Amino acid sequence: MARESGLQGWRWREASVLPGFGLTLGYTVLYLSLIVLLPIAALVVKATTAPLDAVLHTLAEPRVLAALRLSFGAALLAASINAVFGLVVAWVLTRYDFAGRRLLDALIDLPFALPTAVSGIALVTVFADDGMVGQWLAALGLKVAYTWVGVTVALTLIGIPFVVRTLQPAIMALDPAVEEAAISLGASRWHTFLRVILPAILPALLTGFTLAFARGVGEYGSVIFIAGNVPLHTEIMPLLIIIKLEQFDYTGAAILGFLMLALSFVMLLVINLLQAWQRRRLGLGA
Amino acid sequence: MATPAAWLEERGHASRWRSRMVRGLLIGIAALFLGVILLLPLVTVFVEAFDRGIGFYREALVDPDALAAMRLTLLVTALVVPLNTLFGIAAAYAIARFSFRGKSVLTTLIDLPFAVSPVISGLAYVLVFGASGWFGPWLEERDIEVIFALPGIVLVTLFVTFPYVARELLPLMQMLGTDEEEAAISLGAGGWTTFFKVTLPKIQWGVIYGVILCNARAMGEFGAVAVVSGHIRGLTTTMPLHVEILYNEFNQVAAFAVASVLSLLALVTLAIKTAIEWRTGHRGGH
Repeated sequence: MARESGLQGWRWREASVLPGFGLTLGYTVLYLSLIVLLPIAALVVKATTAPLDAVLHTLAEPRVLAALRLSFGAALLAASINAVFGLVVAWVLTRYDFAGRRLLDALIDLPFALPTAVSGIALVTVFADDGMVGQWLAALGLKVAYTWVGVTVALTLIGIPFVVRTLQPAIMALDPAVEEAAISLGASRWHTFLRVILPAILPALLTGFTLAFARGVGEYGSVIFIAGNVPLHTEIMPLLIIIKLEQFDYTGAAILGFLMLALSFVMLLVINLLQAWQRRRLGLGA
Repeated sequence: MATPAAWLEERGHASRWRSRMVRGLLIGIAALFLGVILLLPLVTVFVEAFDRGIGFYREALVDPDALAAMRLTLLVTALVVPLNTLFGIAAAYAIARFSFRGKSVLTTLIDLPFAVSPVISGLAYVLVFGASGWFGPWLEERDIEVIFALPGIVLVTLFVTFPYVARELLPLMQMLGTDEEEAAISLGAGGWTTFFKVTLPKIQWGVIYGVILCNARAMGEFGAVAVVSGHIRGLTTTMPLHVEILYNEFNQVAAFAVASVLSLLALVTLAIKTAIEWRTGHRGGH
């Protein structure tokens, strides 16, 4: 890098007086390659070198199709539930001051801190037909545990922090004066929400929704206990991958794993686009 | 005929009354939602754990298999957290302090493990180190066990907790800038001295914050560890896996006893995290 920069249009790093570039970047790239890229590469290679008939055979299995439907359907429904209730929660925590607000706010992160197996067995116990909540719902004819409803409940728990934590800064950035202006100009509360508040927080809401959805699709620990794992009915995709591994069908497992990986990449792309949109909305530049 | 002033005042009264109604309603909805889906499962863990009294609870925790699971979880965490912390600091240092080509790709790759389902990360490691994986035959010749043994559990835990520290530190270091380090270097301080005397004190809360989150996830990881552990009781079962085994054996109270220890750890994690947020006025990226 000793040459005059004017001679070269392309430099791969800018000069800095700070030391440690080679050490820290070298270590970062090496560690990243060993821990993350190597196993992901093994998965991609295993799946993409699989014979075509194995791919078609695996993807056409009724159990696989049912699991795909459940994993994506329940994750979509749970993310939608979180979009509605998460918005209420984020609004209440940001705009109102009341006793217990800080406690409620700290509680939001519980799904991040609580091991998923723990929330899994706790949820079955609460929502089983003789459980604290489950008995009331069962009396109303709604079976939660060991049905797709239970899967949705578990994915709702897992998704809460994603929606609330993405929405909070966006709501904080809203100027209450604008809402007051809308109200004093005669707009109804509902109208103000739809026309003033919602458009401003929409990028954050969609980002949180997509994050919760992406996490829900791959979630395992909190779901398998309440799902009951009945073939064709309550088997989720990650469980099917584990079943394939237990049958020593590594190719089948890799195909399913690669499919889900590809789908989560698409979602990651969507999230990045949404976040760029949000930054532009907040006027922080692209 | 009411005067305009009286009309305005009356309208203001009605509006304030409706405001309080809306406020109460929204707080009620938020509290009910979080109460049912977060608080109730958490409380259930402790209620169920003490269902047969303190004696049974103690017995479940001093059971040799439970103790072995705790030791294994502590060992895995003690190996994983320092390694990922070191990586997180190096990665954040390289990315935040220097400008180079491929920086955004590197940042995206560091976040990759968050987008991968834990089960799929376990599968990816099986495809590298498993009996029929890339290095399987080589390892078998040398009698080295990775999958269904401690190294496998450590590796997948490294994978799933990979981004935590880096992701906390990166925005923090970008925000803090490099002026003070450049001053120290130009005044003749060495690279390491500058790092320990200038950089580290500035980012210490960010490091602790990331370590806390990394630690919680490392202790609680279930899906990825379930794939590579082999569930050998007393040998390769971590605490979350031990919870699963007890629960599936219909030993519900013992399962919840072990789960209560994990829940307590989660609550301590949340408390420390919240304390750091109050102290620094900072909220983490997730």
